[in-house]
Amino acid sequence: MELLRFATAGSVDDGKSTLIGRLLHDTKALFDDVIDAVAATTARRGGEGLDLALVTDGLRAEREQGITIDVAYRYFSTPLRSFVIADTPGHVQYTRNMVTGASTSDVAVILVDARHGLREQSLRHAALSALLGIQHLVLAVNKMDLVDWSEARFTEIRDEFAALAERLDVPVVTAIPLCALDGGNVVDPSPHTPWYDGPCLLEHLETLPLPRYDEGALRLPVQLVIKPAVGSGAGVTAERRWYAGSLAAGIPQVGQEIVVLPSGTHSRIAAVEGNAPAVRVQLEHELDVSRGDVIADAHDAPHAVPQILARVAWMADKPLRAGSHVLLKHGTRTVKAVATQLHDRLDVATLDTHTGVDELGLNEIGTVTFITSLPLPIDAYATNRTMGSFIVIDEVTNGTVGAGMVAEPVGAPA
Amino acid sequence: MTVIDQTSTEFDDADRVGLDHRLAQLEAHAIFVIREVAAECERPVLLFSGGKDSVVMLHLAKKAFEPGVIPFPVMHVDTGHNFPEVIEFRDRLVEQMGVRLVVASVQDAIDEGRVADPGPTGSRNRLQTQPLLYEVGRNKFDAAFGGARRDEDKARAKERILSFRDLFGQWDPKNQRPELWRLYNPRVRAGEHLRAFPISDWTELDIWRYIAVNDIELPQMYYAHQREVVERDGMLLATSEVTPALPGETPFVETVRYRTVGDMTCTGAVRSDAATPLEVLTEIEQSRITERGATRADDKFSEAAMEDRKREGYF
Repeated sequence: MELLRFATAGSVDDGKSTLIGRLLHDTKALFDDVIDAVAATTARRGGEGLDLALVTDGLRAEREQGITIDVAYRYFSTPLRSFVIADTPGHVQYTRNMVTGASTSDVAVILVDARHGLREQSLRHAALSALLGIQHLVLAVNKMDLVDWSEARFTEIRDEFAALAERLDVPVVTAIPLCALDGGNVVDPSPHTPWYDGPCLLEHLETLPLPRYDEGALRLPVQLVIKPAVGSGAGVTAERRWYAGSLAAGIPQVGQEIVVLPSGTHSRIAAVEGNAPAVRVQLEHELDVSRGDVIADAHDAPHAVPQILARVAWMADKPLRAGSHVLLKHGTRTVKAVATQLHDRLDVATLDTHTGVDELGLNEIGTVTFITSLPLPIDAYATNRTMGSFIVIDEVTNGTVGAGMVAEPVGAPA
Repeated sequence: MTVIDQTSTEFDDADRVGLDHRLAQLEAHAIFVIREVAAECERPVLLFSGGKDSVVMLHLAKKAFEPGVIPFPVMHVDTGHNFPEVIEFRDRLVEQMGVRLVVASVQDAIDEGRVADPGPTGSRNRLQTQPLLYEVGRNKFDAAFGGARRDEDKARAKERILSFRDLFGQWDPKNQRPELWRLYNPRVRAGEHLRAFPISDWTELDIWRYIAVNDIELPQMYYAHQREVVERDGMLLATSEVTPALPGETPFVETVRYRTVGDMTCTGAVRSDAATPLEVLTEIEQSRITERGATRADDKFSEAAMEDRKREGYF
């Protein structure tokens, strides 16, 4: 069975909790004891039947303070496909949450209330999804019942969003008119939309093509060097070392010519084991390969560069400034780095960029140049999500304070 | 090497015992997390109860380091109220895998006065946190692998793959590290530690499919067998020294199996004829109650029972 990961963005007011509850309920992902608990809570709060928004009701810590804490993950499956939802709250810390949820998702479902249409928040969600390289956006136009299932209203919102997606360079956009409350066009078609000939939300999620990450030239960031536990004595020769990791691109073939980066030494693949993408390989030559190195296709290798130009989403109270010393984790290597220059800041509400920037604050996005203590073998984020991404770590607190997406490799040939 | 075909479709009886796109992705991700933590942390440990999730974890760890050996010990938090067959199974598997076993004993904690004695038949479930943290500190473990899954409870739905714990072992849900892409940040300071949950995204069905695919041995009580039980609060509890029949309860023999394995005083059995992994799969597919709802009294106290225990440093 296939696995699709999607992020949902929108606020409680847009009916996001109800929509997720509806998806889980109508695909029978909810067990009886969960449904009973939801019914009991609905009744206790003075409601009737099942308030589906309560299915994803959060922690007591959230209810007590009336806030939504960070990303929650939900699971359901149909006979055709299984799904992981990264449910990202819309209000508080939206950049941090949206970037986190979108970073592991194939698709983003953005919710709007049909009465209000696109709002500043919808723009942000679309912009952040595009920034994270999501190729497929779904606009769920919810609460269609409150605009009398008006085709004109739906078309207006759909066209406005299509124009936005074009500006953002998102290749595939689908808009679906629905009502999470009565379930119309979520799992089953709504009788109120004879004018709509597209798929229901679930059908769409079940059938849209999965992105493939195994295409492209070989990239294997080495996680571990495994020395086989072999005996000693006459006749026993030490087996070659294995280099274990998760493929970031390509499939290694025995005999394939490779280059180890950043050292630049060449060899060939001698053996491959494991279920892709979690593999281990042996090389024909005994080279000095360690954790953090990247084994790449010798004929199509990334540049190992000491300088990175990247889009950075900042996630800490303490701002990033030119001259800030940080750690970068790229692939399986963590290096010291200095932010040498802040080039611009992106306003995700207007999609304008502003130059002349002194610092990048919490939930802000900007373009930054880093100099690293070791050259990192990078690809552009648009080419490869794994080889083109890094996190920024605060050396003092150990916290993850930023997310970086490589704009383009700068400088030296391989 | 096996390359999994992404185009494979739904599973039926024939191929639900194959490693399809979903299971292959889940396995690869779990192995990736295990390798990352082992590479970056000084002294990891794998929490091991003998239950199905922790058995799967141990098998994943073995795969992660093949053809080498698992480079960390396992730790069992022993309430002293275990099913004897689980302890026997634990010892056998640990020896087979060649890993060292650390036991964090609730009985020792009671004897040494680190926790209050709940009495001979009282639940020791909540008492597991102290010995767990005590052994983490004593052994200077900086990362503890757990087999928790996000589908088990709403407090777990918001847990990170790597969950940071402070000097007191506490989880702060409002202050979690953002987890981006597959770039995990396992850095901690002395005295702090991480909980690592490599099978976060697995469901109960995935666990059973994985067990079937890989022919993984489990304690026999996961399969249908005859056992003397009493019915209490809608659950079937095995009768034993620590869980005697109460006045008014009549023990009877029933064909049952366990969906989870925990402390005898709070883990219930379900009526079942499922005797093989495939039969268990079929049963779960038809079941309408979550495994914790069906069999764990410890999660029934309040809507936030798990959340409270996690904040104190529970698994």
